[in-house]
Amino acid sequence: MGALVEIRSLSKVYERGRQRIEVLHHIDMDVQEGDFVALMGPSGSGKTTLLNLIGGLDSPTEGSLTVAGERIERLTQGQLARWRAAHVGFVFQFYNLLPMLSAQRNVELPLLLTKLASKERRRNASVALQLVGLADRATHKPGELSGGQQQRVAIARAIVSDPTLLVCDEPTGDLDRQSAEDVLGLLQELNREHGKTIIMVTHDPKAAEHAGRTLHLDKGTLVGGEQVAA
Amino acid sequence: MKYLHLVWAALRRRKVRTGLTLLSIVVAFLLFGLLESVNSVFGEAGHTVGSAHRLITISRTGLFTPMPISLEAQIRAVPGVEAVTGYTFFGGSYQNPKQVIGSMFAVGRNFFSLYPELKVAPAALRQFDATQTGAIVGAALAQRYHWKVGEQIPIKAMIYPRKGGSYTWTFDLVGIYHARSPFEEQDFLLRLRYFNEAAAFGNNRVGLFVEKIGNPQGASGVAAAIDALSNNSGHETKTQSDSAFAVDFLSQFVDIGLIMHAIMGAVFFTLMLLTGNTMAQAVRERTGELAVLKTLGFTNGTVLSLVLAESVLLVVLGGALGLGAAALAVHLLQHQIGAALPMMPVGGAIWLRGGTLMLLIGLLVGALPARRGMRLRIVDALAGR
Ligand SMILES: Nc1ncnc2c1ncn2[C@@H]1O[C@H](COP(=O)(O)OP(=O)(O)OP(=O)(O)O)[C@@H](O)[C@H]1O
Ligand SMILES: [Mg+2]
Repeated sequence: MGALVEIRSLSKVYERGRQRIEVLHHIDMDVQEGDFVALMGPSGSGKTTLLNLIGGLDSPTEGSLTVAGERIERLTQGQLARWRAAHVGFVFQFYNLLPMLSAQRNVELPLLLTKLASKERRRNASVALQLVGLADRATHKPGELSGGQQQRVAIARAIVSDPTLLVCDEPTGDLDRQSAEDVLGLLQELNREHGKTIIMVTHDPKAAEHAGRTLHLDKGTLVGGEQVAA
Repeated sequence: MKYLHLVWAALRRRKVRTGLTLLSIVVAFLLFGLLESVNSVFGEAGHTVGSAHRLITISRTGLFTPMPISLEAQIRAVPGVEAVTGYTFFGGSYQNPKQVIGSMFAVGRNFFSLYPELKVAPAALRQFDATQTGAIVGAALAQRYHWKVGEQIPIKAMIYPRKGGSYTWTFDLVGIYHARSPFEEQDFLLRLRYFNEAAAFGNNRVGLFVEKIGNPQGASGVAAAIDALSNNSGHETKTQSDSAFAVDFLSQFVDIGLIMHAIMGAVFFTLMLLTGNTMAQAVRERTGELAVLKTLGFTNGTVLSLVLAESVLLVVLGGALGLGAAALAVHLLQHQIGAALPMMPVGGAIWLRGGTLMLLIGLLVGALPARRGMRLRIVDALAGR
């Protein structure tokens, strides 16, 4: 078995009426299990598009996309939904928590799709919240938490069903330096101590330093080879 | 079931909007309950037990023209007629003019054998036969004025004075009859023989004859034979089946069913626009949240069901509150004001119809927003497109 994520000649084209926008051009890329990859590049270079393809939120126009041994570009929408639930955790720039639900309930969301009984769901969510250091905020709604805390709740939600792969789109983009450091430290810990494979889009070189290596995307193409972290 | 808290949270998201929508649903179903309660009485009127075996004869010139009692014997002799009784309207009020007793009749001795759906104890019937001033009243009427058997009841007549000029008649309550609904327990029945003997005028004339016939199929023939008795007599009659009479009687006033359906149609049309708008808004402003659920692996079908459940829950909640309020209102009206309300209690049949309506409206109103939620593309919604 090869890499956890194996991307071959991947292209994505958006069509708007007669206009064709080729956002990604024949991308080749591997991510090994246990990697922590930072994805950088100018705005509009296709970082989010690539991340969404890897996470199975969107389908490529061309090329193959193998994640955890599954050719996910071949899955139907329903299969893809179930595949995401089992294999990928998502972290977004703006946390994307459900505002009406407590931190605990937000973290439990992915577990609703499993066969776990409500007691086990509650327990697993509590463990995840502990892992991100927010056990004492379980009953708080997102509106009652700081940005950094909300992002940590979002990370707890992303890991609660124990996925192999975490995809994070500018997870520190909306945070101050200190909160950003906390979140990055947490991701690093998840990578090193819990073996999570992480792909993180970021504009912040400091953030990228926490990753094992950094890839650069420019106008839909990976450039400059691979940098190995110090 | 494990998704219920998600649906509930969605409803609580905009408390004021949900509250207002809920209120309008409550009001619509309150109205529905009340109108259905009235409507089912009129529906019932046509389906009275034994009504197929009953004919009613009134004067051709109208309900309020009396006919000679002598006709009774002639009608009894018509082939196909098994029994006949004549009775007359006798309006009156109790202690004050506001306590009008709307349906007060002077009836023949075999009145109850023609209305088997009115249940009265044989002993009370014997008392009625034996007491010149005897009266039998419906249970609901007796309850309203707290009348007990054995009591003397003074009634102020509206039309008929007694010989000597007094309008006050005193009756001895000898029995109470029971029927299927309080609506049918409103009659005050006195003896036609007493009326004929004591009234200053109107004696020996009746407003109605009721006939019992053996074979409902032959009803029209029997009716024609009865009417033939008084051809060219100056008091010609019109004989109809009991249910035809009831419908005829009501439609003298208005086409009640039509009006009710028109009102309910307008109410529910407005309700659907309103609730539909609420749901559309609720889904539109939650696009991001629904996209997150899908990101986490919720399938399109699950998202569709969540939105549908939300609108059904909203309508069922409001509908149940509204129908409950209607049931309570009818109950209070019947038992406290106790008026001779033409209303049936809000029972199983109305709840069933109401419940079906709630489900239908909920599904209908949720359908478009739910489809929108289902079709939502994650990447577009997440990017705010
Ligand atoms: N659904 C779409 N339809 C049309 N064009 C799209 C669509 N999604 C993305 N694009 C275009 O694809 C290009 C890449 O977008 P993408 O969001 O991947 O960039 P990005 O590298 O994440 O940028 P940023 O750093 O600003 O987040 C942009 O030019 C964008 O306008
Ligand atoms: Mg982006």
